[in-house]
Amino acid sequence: MSVSKQATAGPYVVLDPTGERSLPIRERLARPSTLEGLDLALLDISKARGDVFMDRLETLFAERGARVKRFSKPTFTKPAPPDVRRQIAEECAAVVEALAD
Amino acid sequence: MSDSPRPPLPSGLVAFVKRDCPTCELVVPVLERLAGDAALTIYCQDDPSFPEGAGAVDDTTLERSWHHGIETVPTLLAVDEGIERARTEGWDREEWERLSGLSELGAELPAFRPGCGSLSVDPEHALDLAVRFGADTMKSRRVAFAAQEDEVEAAFERGWTDGLPVVPPTERRVLAMLQGTRRKPDEVVAVVPPDLVECTVEKVAINAVMAGCRPEYLPVVLAAVEAACTEQFNMHGLLATTMPAGPVIIVNGPIRRAIGMNSGRNVFGQGNRANSTIGRALQLVVRNVGGGRPGEVDRATFGNPGKVSFCFAEDEEGSPWGPLSADLGAEPGVSTVTLFPGEGPRIIVDQLSREPESLARSYAANLRTLIHPKLVLAFDCVLAIGPEHARVFREAGWSKAQITDRLHELLLIPKEELVQGAGGITEGIPPEVPAPALPKFRPGGILLVYCGGDAGLFSTMIGGWVTGDTGSQTTLREIRP
Repeated sequence: MSVSKQATAGPYVVLDPTGERSLPIRERLARPSTLEGLDLALLDISKARGDVFMDRLETLFAERGARVKRFSKPTFTKPAPPDVRRQIAEECAAVVEALAD
Repeated sequence: MSDSPRPPLPSGLVAFVKRDCPTCELVVPVLERLAGDAALTIYCQDDPSFPEGAGAVDDTTLERSWHHGIETVPTLLAVDEGIERARTEGWDREEWERLSGLSELGAELPAFRPGCGSLSVDPEHALDLAVRFGADTMKSRRVAFAAQEDEVEAAFERGWTDGLPVVPPTERRVLAMLQGTRRKPDEVVAVVPPDLVECTVEKVAINAVMAGCRPEYLPVVLAAVEAACTEQFNMHGLLATTMPAGPVIIVNGPIRRAIGMNSGRNVFGQGNRANSTIGRALQLVVRNVGGGRPGEVDRATFGNPGKVSFCFAEDEEGSPWGPLSADLGAEPGVSTVTLFPGEGPRIIVDQLSREPESLARSYAANLRTLIHPKLVLAFDCVLAIGPEHARVFREAGWSKAQITDRLHELLLIPKEELVQGAGGITEGIPPEVPAPALPKFRPGGILLVYCGGDAGLFSTMIGGWVTGDTGSQTTLREIRP
């Protein structure tokens, strides 16, 4: 398969039905090599007992030198509001989003 | 499939003609005079030797005709530095004189004669021309399959399908689909969850092609996508929930019949192209544009078969009552989609009740079981009343409001039947709830629709998902052309 903005030579050309976010393959950020001194977001989706899980994660990350910041979504049924996402992206190097169910 | 920039026209007067047009033949003397007294360029669509000796420019590819929107021949244009200042179609002496600034044009001709159809809008060629000259108006990335790839299998391999084969969205098919709406391909219809991607009319058209829609269904699909992606309907939550619900599309208004939707026998079943493909197109948009796929953000424990497509029309002509859309605030005669967050349909059989009170009690007994007989208030429902049941209410003169009022009364359930542990069932409401009785549904939470086949003393109920601000609320949207 070849992909381009233009129609390309080939026996069969179709229009991409997707949001075009995944081709070419989306690169992930490199994993942090250490937690020491890292600003780390913990995002609670607001499902029952997610806070218990988050509290434990915070303890474990703090023991390893990360500076933990806590965030939460108003409701687990909807995506995180843009402001929360923006704040996490601006303030933190990594995020852990936890689901308890 | 080429990128064809719009070719400019020369300054002066420009005429589009074809030999196979009596009006073009008629105006040959006028064209000869214009060529002598004004700057005239003639484009001929079918034979560049016409008019004889006029030095017409060959437009048998129809490229200029297509790009400049010629619908009739002859068409006379006044062009100034590449910009069209005026145009007239057919032979109209006054207009031709106005455009040319000459007087007594074609004095021997009748004052007016209509033209013929331009070859560039001939239905036989129109789509080919649109593909040849207009494909670059579509901005989506082109994906070329390799020579050895089967185009249907290739769509599966790329993850673009719901598990059934899709129609490959070629430029030709997508362009044809876009003819189904007046909206521009690059208009943003909605921001589609869960990836929150801006979705254009073009992207909806691509997925509608894949779903198997005809172009005339596209306005319905567009309205459904708009409704699904509102804060009110909360497609994200509905997708992500472990519950089995999905978007149920109920269509009202004149478009139902215009596109041949089923509202009668087997209304929730297979066999009608519009019903089957419109709901599927919405689901493919959520999957492909929004990135909402089962097992990923879609966490449904069971799902339901309606998550492939669940779309039907109300039988407004047969109904003793007004349509659902009117109950939700739409004006009469307006085509709408209503999106309801629904699970699969379940039958209510009552072949003996001939009195409305008895039938209402049958409904209430069944509706109580939705989700769980001991759980209340969190969910709405659709009650689809079939013709033979509706007759019972109609003959007794019951309005829709009377039916729903009675159902709400019958579904006010004593707390002792609902509380945790009651009936030996742990599930139920917490004992600290202070009310002596609780309603099964919130006010307005029972939606009535009239549909189904004319034989069978049945109705059908469709359970909902969490309603209110954190859930999904029934959403009405007008269908625009």
